[in-house]
Amino acid sequence: MRRLLTLHALLVYLFLYLPILVIVALSFNESRRGVRFTGFTLDWYRALFQDPRVLEYFLNTLLVAFFSTLVATVLGTLLAVGLVRYRFPGKGFLSYLLYIPVVVPDVVMGVSLLLLFALAREVLGFPRLSLLTVTLGHITFQVAFVTLVVRSRLLLLDPALEEAARDLGARGWQTFWHVTLPLAWPGVAAGALLALTLSLDDFVVTFFTAGPGATTLPLYIYSSVKLGVSPKVHALSTLIIGLSALFLALGYALTRRRV
Amino acid sequence: MNEAATPWQRALRVLVTVGPGGLWLLVFVLLPTLLVLMASFLTRGPYGELSGPWGFHNYAKLLHPVYLEAFAQSLLVGVLATLISALLGYPLAFYIARHPQRDLLLFLLLLPFLTNFLIRVYAWLVLLQREGLVNALLGTFVLGPLVLYPSFFAVLLATVYTFLPFFVLPVYASVERLDWQLLEAAYDLGARPVKAFLHAVLPQTYPGLFAGSVLVFIPAMGTFVVADLLGAGRVVLIGNLIQQQFGITRDWAFGAALSVFLMGFVLLSLYLYARLQGERGLKDLV
Repeated sequence: MRRLLTLHALLVYLFLYLPILVIVALSFNESRRGVRFTGFTLDWYRALFQDPRVLEYFLNTLLVAFFSTLVATVLGTLLAVGLVRYRFPGKGFLSYLLYIPVVVPDVVMGVSLLLLFALAREVLGFPRLSLLTVTLGHITFQVAFVTLVVRSRLLLLDPALEEAARDLGARGWQTFWHVTLPLAWPGVAAGALLALTLSLDDFVVTFFTAGPGATTLPLYIYSSVKLGVSPKVHALSTLIIGLSALFLALGYALTRRRV
Repeated sequence: MNEAATPWQRALRVLVTVGPGGLWLLVFVLLPTLLVLMASFLTRGPYGELSGPWGFHNYAKLLHPVYLEAFAQSLLVGVLATLISALLGYPLAFYIARHPQRDLLLFLLLLPFLTNFLIRVYAWLVLLQREGLVNALLGTFVLGPLVLYPSFFAVLLATVYTFLPFFVLPVYASVERLDWQLLEAAYDLGARPVKAFLHAVLPQTYPGLFAGSVLVFIPAMGTFVVADLLGAGRVVLIGNLIQQQFGITRDWAFGAALSVFLMGFVLLSLYLYARLQGERGLKDLV
């Protein structure tokens, strides 16, 4: 039984890593087509770094990810604190609203945001589809995830700690800043990390909310795949895989216990 | 110093904490959802704009065999992907949970998952193409090159590949909380392994099993990218239809109706899931 389980796990991990290994190997392959390995080369990496567009798309991706994560983490953390600590009318409704970005398929979310931006453009004259609308779209799904992650952390905390702070004379914001936030920190960090990852990886919402000139790396990869991939994309993918590994290891070391 | 908060102060605290995020959700989640609902009753104008007359005509159009077939295909991808993920993921979750290096194994499970989604899907294109690795391996067994791409099989395979970790993680969380004493008790009472598993272990993992199924089923049904890249026009799912209506065809009204239908289907499955799992069911999803 034990052995069967081990064999099964081994095969599943092989399944998980096979595609990634192939991409990495191909990024060093001299041949332009097919999977036959004809010789080692770094040409594709050289070509990648000499393409100014790729750098631009990379910076766009980072810009969107940075701003959206920042905003979503602040909004989501505050929202989680409010939802856990206070009673107010509409609380139940808001809690359900939070699950919509989590469960509704990306494509539906993408087109509904597109409709919103189209209507706003019609009525208010802005915003034009651009990196701004992409960022707004990313914040929208990120807020939901950050709130849910931070909320589950806050629910684990002992409310007596905050009561003690208040008994000792701390004001509302002092309690929040010196007691609630430090205690909630692992949740906030995990939420922010999740938000960042979701933004870096997002294709669908970006696809529907990006206008001309607002290309991100996932959009670039998609169009390359549609047009017939150049091995440059293998090199780019390999770099992304390496960065993700580094990133995950870092996040893992930071948050421990909470993967 | 310790003020008993007045109603005003309480209201202010709610406003400061819940206000910005709540407002965001109203403007960017609730409003767009209502807009889609509204658009689904409108008509495509001559320039692809939304206009009157209002009516149920977009929904009537959904009954056309072409669209029904796309729904059937989506449902099939969703159900099969969930089943295969369960077969692959359920035993894996047990293996990881009982392994001394479980943190490392979780890390290795998540690593491919954090690699860009498009790259992962594209990798299967590379593997399954005519002169790809899979065909090269099959060739050594003198199985002639098979047309593995584009195909329903390719779409299903990449879908499972993409969403498998969503299945393993909740099951893993269930297994980690498992009370193994129940298993021992079952053995003490003379149960055979299979029976002991079915009565003492399986029911304890239901929450993870259900959460995992929902987390695979919904995105698998709703994705358009996998079918777009690996089906290459031969496998058309609801997601592809929606994308087409908002892209090439520019019939936003009909696209909205398709979106409402998909959303309705998803929310209905979630409702059934919540009925099954009770209050905390939804919370298991994140």
